[in-house]
Amino acid sequence: MRVTQGCFSYLPDLSDDDILAQVQYCLDNGWAVNLEFTDDPHPRNTYWEMWGLPMFDLKDAKGVLMELDACRKVHGDKYIRLSAFDASHGWESVRLSFIVNRPKDEDGFRLERTAGPGRVQRYAVRGYGLDLPEGRRYR
Amino acid sequence: MNAPAAAPPRISLAEEYAASGVGPVLQELDDELVGLAPVKQRIREIAALLLVDRVRAKFGLSTEAPTLHMSFTGNPGTGKTTVANRMAQILHRLGYVRRGHLVSVTRDDLVGQYIGHTAPKTKEVLKKAMGGVLFIDEAYYLYRQENERDYGQEAIEILLQVMENARDDLVVILAGYADRMDRFFQSNPGFRSRVAHHIDFPDYADDDLLAIGETMLGRLHYRLDDGARAALREYIPLRRTQPLFANARSIRNALDRARLRQANRLLAEGDVELTLERLATLTEADIRASRVFRQSEGVGS
Repeated sequence: MRVTQGCFSYLPDLSDDDILAQVQYCLDNGWAVNLEFTDDPHPRNTYWEMWGLPMFDLKDAKGVLMELDACRKVHGDKYIRLSAFDASHGWESVRLSFIVNRPKDEDGFRLERTAGPGRVQRYAVRGYGLDLPEGRRYR
Repeated sequence: MNAPAAAPPRISLAEEYAASGVGPVLQELDDELVGLAPVKQRIREIAALLLVDRVRAKFGLSTEAPTLHMSFTGNPGTGKTTVANRMAQILHRLGYVRRGHLVSVTRDDLVGQYIGHTAPKTKEVLKKAMGGVLFIDEAYYLYRQENERDYGQEAIEILLQVMENARDDLVVILAGYADRMDRFFQSNPGFRSRVAHHIDFPDYADDDLLAIGETMLGRLHYRLDDGARAALREYIPLRRTQPLFANARSIRNALDRARLRQANRLLAEGDVELTLERLATLTEADIRASRVFRQSEGVGS
């Protein structure tokens, strides 16, 4: 099942040229671009790991693509997302965030039912990939 | 629908030149930079080559991206950084770099202090320079022959890799003294083969330096009176014989000190009515008070 998260996730995957154009738009607005990766596909997972520091003072999107290629080399089998931060208010706030890399096979989620007190049913969504420990998923 | 071979498109070189907007930049280079005739000549040649290359591409002739990495050699203060700035603009107008900004760095910005520090630092700089021109001042400091474990080597390797693979994205200009650059290129053949244009910056003649000095002052809304001009004319050859002479930079420093003295003089003269004229004029005394004159007298006596 294809994970949809952030901008553009209902579109076909962006090509490198598309990503380049989006990043250039971010840089032209003066936003800092950051790369993050994770192998936990759950939509509520906010703990993505940072690939290096956010990239400040860049003029051209190619620099970001350079980092993205390096990140793909190491974490090509995980989810990688790109976020752009706007600091013009004095704090960093996300303006744009989209997935730029996903595992080859996204194995989807199963629905877990638990019987609660009385007749209560509780539901949980759990990615199949999560059965394996962190770092060994999506191999 | 596209029939490429049907009729070659008619392209006029003059139109192409006008469209590129490179003419005004070259003109500015001529107007604003004094002297440096051989440098301007080389830049004109490079601009012409790039323009012709672009037209050739439109005709479908061979279009391999030219290697544009350069080395600027010359003594301090001969305008290497200034010309690099213009070069970035020219390359931008001709469409060989996308943004046309100049990132100026030295060894300290590229080389780290401990293991594993260099690569991220160098990459950081390269990322910032993407789409523009990376200007490495005193590039030979990257390579320390006497210490084979020096981290400079790591920076050099990353640089070489990017210079080769990202030729469309980045132009690297290496700058420094001529003799040391020669030695640097000898011990780093990788660099020599990747740098296509070697431009040598000659020292300025005395008259050029005088003209440069007056231009600098003009930009700050100062002017020299006749006595001061004569004094400065005398000052330049004297300064040249002294150690650490850095061409235009020495002149700028001398003039900065003269402005200091002028301010001091105006203050010391007390409550005299200030006119625009007096605020803007450097007099002979302001220049003559320089240490350079006293030392030359000392040598004579």
